[in-house]
Amino acid sequence: MTRQMTGAKMVVQALRDQGVDTVFGYPGGAVLPIYDEMFQQNDIQHILVRHEQAAVHAAEGYARSTGKPGVVLVTSGPGATNAVTGLTDALMDSIPIVVLTGQVPTFMIGTDAFQEADTVGITRPCTKHNWLVKDTAKLSETIHQAFHVALAGRPGPVLVDIPKDVQFASADYQPKQKAPTGHYQPQVKGDMEMITALVEEIETAACPVFYTGGGVINSGPGASQLLRELVEATGFPVTSTLMGLGAYPASGKHWLGMLGMHGLYEANLAMHGCDLMINVGARFDDRITGRLDAFSPKSRKAHIDIDPSSINKVIRVDMPIIGDVGHVLEDVLKVWKARGRRINREGLQKWWARIHDWQKVDCLKFKPNEGTIRPQYALSRLEALTKGRDRYITTEVGQHQMWAAQYLGFEDPNRWMTSGGLGTMGYGFPASIGVQVAHPDALVINVAGEASWLMNMQEMGTAIQFRLPVKQFILNNERLGMVRQWQELLHGQRYSHSWSEALPDFVKLAEAFGAKGILCKDPADLDDAIMEMLNHDGPVIFDCLVEKHENCFPMIPSGEPHNKMLLGEAKTKDAIGSKGAVMV
Amino acid sequence: MSALQIKKGSTKHSAYNLRSTFSDVEETHTIAVLVENEPGVLARVIGLFSGRGYNIDSLTVAEVDHKGHLSRITIVTTGTPQVIEQIKAQLGRIVPVHEVHDLTAEGSSVERELALLKVTGVSDKRVEALRLADIFRAQVVDSTLESFVFQITGTPEKVDAFADLMRPLGLTEIARTGVAALARGL
Repeated sequence: MTRQMTGAKMVVQALRDQGVDTVFGYPGGAVLPIYDEMFQQNDIQHILVRHEQAAVHAAEGYARSTGKPGVVLVTSGPGATNAVTGLTDALMDSIPIVVLTGQVPTFMIGTDAFQEADTVGITRPCTKHNWLVKDTAKLSETIHQAFHVALAGRPGPVLVDIPKDVQFASADYQPKQKAPTGHYQPQVKGDMEMITALVEEIETAACPVFYTGGGVINSGPGASQLLRELVEATGFPVTSTLMGLGAYPASGKHWLGMLGMHGLYEANLAMHGCDLMINVGARFDDRITGRLDAFSPKSRKAHIDIDPSSINKVIRVDMPIIGDVGHVLEDVLKVWKARGRRINREGLQKWWARIHDWQKVDCLKFKPNEGTIRPQYALSRLEALTKGRDRYITTEVGQHQMWAAQYLGFEDPNRWMTSGGLGTMGYGFPASIGVQVAHPDALVINVAGEASWLMNMQEMGTAIQFRLPVKQFILNNERLGMVRQWQELLHGQRYSHSWSEALPDFVKLAEAFGAKGILCKDPADLDDAIMEMLNHDGPVIFDCLVEKHENCFPMIPSGEPHNKMLLGEAKTKDAIGSKGAVMV
Repeated sequence: MSALQIKKGSTKHSAYNLRSTFSDVEETHTIAVLVENEPGVLARVIGLFSGRGYNIDSLTVAEVDHKGHLSRITIVTTGTPQVIEQIKAQLGRIVPVHEVHDLTAEGSSVERELALLKVTGVSDKRVEALRLADIFRAQVVDSTLESFVFQITGTPEKVDAFADLMRPLGLTEIARTGVAALARGL
């Protein structure tokens, strides 16, 4: 039986049918009918953000920490355009997001009406798909299809633009079960012939390495379990991209640490020297590969990815396997076990001996300072004092993000939320809000730099209003640290506009919002200050004054291969050649 | 048999099987894309090409299945083999795209284009234009005492050749449809 209802009511009913419990949003003229319906129900909570960009980042935090799609509701015009950065961020990092935008009534579209923008036009390149719904009869099935598209295959953001007259008009509601999902059904099972070819390589490889990425996390907790099983059973070393941290536990004995531009020495050298590279749900991003023609020259490469366009995009692989990571890993394990669980024990033993030598370099080693806090020290202490707790970490973008990835250990998937592909400063704070909404009792920490944090600091209002005890751990060097580092290495130490001269007093800022502020500048006080932050039941801004000219190492300079990486104490002047200088 | 009337598996070329080496030599490929005819679908395809820096040499689009609301887009594009493979994969992941076929890689195909050419002139030039049109099997679809409009169908190369010949004879305007293409055989 179908039910007649208004478009606005349909929106709420469709969200309910999709199991949505939380919407992040901001009202405005073109979504008032939907907000009126939100007001008259209690199944779905609405988190009022202070800026639409933050609504999308919060939804990303929610999605990445739960595996469920994040939902955003914003108005037309500026509401929609403010969401664009979040949409692009979610597209780059494959985060399932459903954004509902209001639009001017259909009869006013194209007239340059008040708060009109060509939302589907603007968001076409930054969504997986988007729809403008011009008929209320199509609204409910479009929303159901939007959820299907956001989650199916490689996840991503979608947007449904709903004109105001469509919200007011009535039509039959189409329940989720009856809504057509269309022909969009990406392949999840991998090609068995190719999987068998990979297993044959696994049996003979002398220097294998697993290179895992965000695809493992996106595939669900089952995929992480299968990865762990496969790594333990084969004894192969495993490294991960920034997006994949937590899929394999940092305490696992086969863990090499993160790879890439600021990855660990042993991880990058293993990638360079391996003879079999098994890419599991990663995409050979330029932060990972460095110089393409010198990338892992001696290896045979397998690539497991659900998105066919990721295969052979930048790196040619020998064994492309298109499918969902979980499904493919299950088949790999099954075939490998059925064929007798063989590995090249002798080769692997020698390979591990080489890796252990690289590990002895201890590339993350640092000497704590007496007088000032080194950022590495701050994160080491944060790690030590929060270890063993079910801890969710978000970050902003820059040096602090890389240090967090290096010095914090992740034992489980969905505990690490960071803007990897787009590199969006201002992501971490709203993301931490989304995570805390999804996990009200968990410890949620946003590791931030002061410059990134200021980009979405208005969200303190959201944290206070909804009693979200997010901890803002700001490594304050009064600099745009990563920009400053590149200017030092590449632009003759001319620090063009990479410092802030008028930073707020973060303690007073916290107090102005009704939160707690903590200032720490002496390494001797750091542990107590961190404990004070952790023990406070409410949002905290932790202003950690750190060494101002610290550089983030190890580092693969732009335009260089993995084996040319710079270590902390190495000579860094003129490290980047003119060819590398054009790269970012 | 697919909706594009091309047998699946009729070729070794697929997303799985790429050429053994990545060549730097640019190739021209004709790609047929079957899409749901919904608003914005052409913008998605064109946006993909401009956003990722691919070339469009020619593009034609029209609804081919009015009941099923399916449109066929025929794109002629130039790029290295790696770029061509990327284009196909990227097209394939656009949600309203049902099928992508590389007619150039999947065997031989028939490619035709229609063009209208306006040629103005009097006396000898006019006679010569008419004579050449006859050789090329172009039809006169409009005429005044000082002008013709010729209609010609054929491969893009044939249209080019005809246009080149008409230029000294008073070619003033040309309209081309772009390439429509079908695979040969069953």
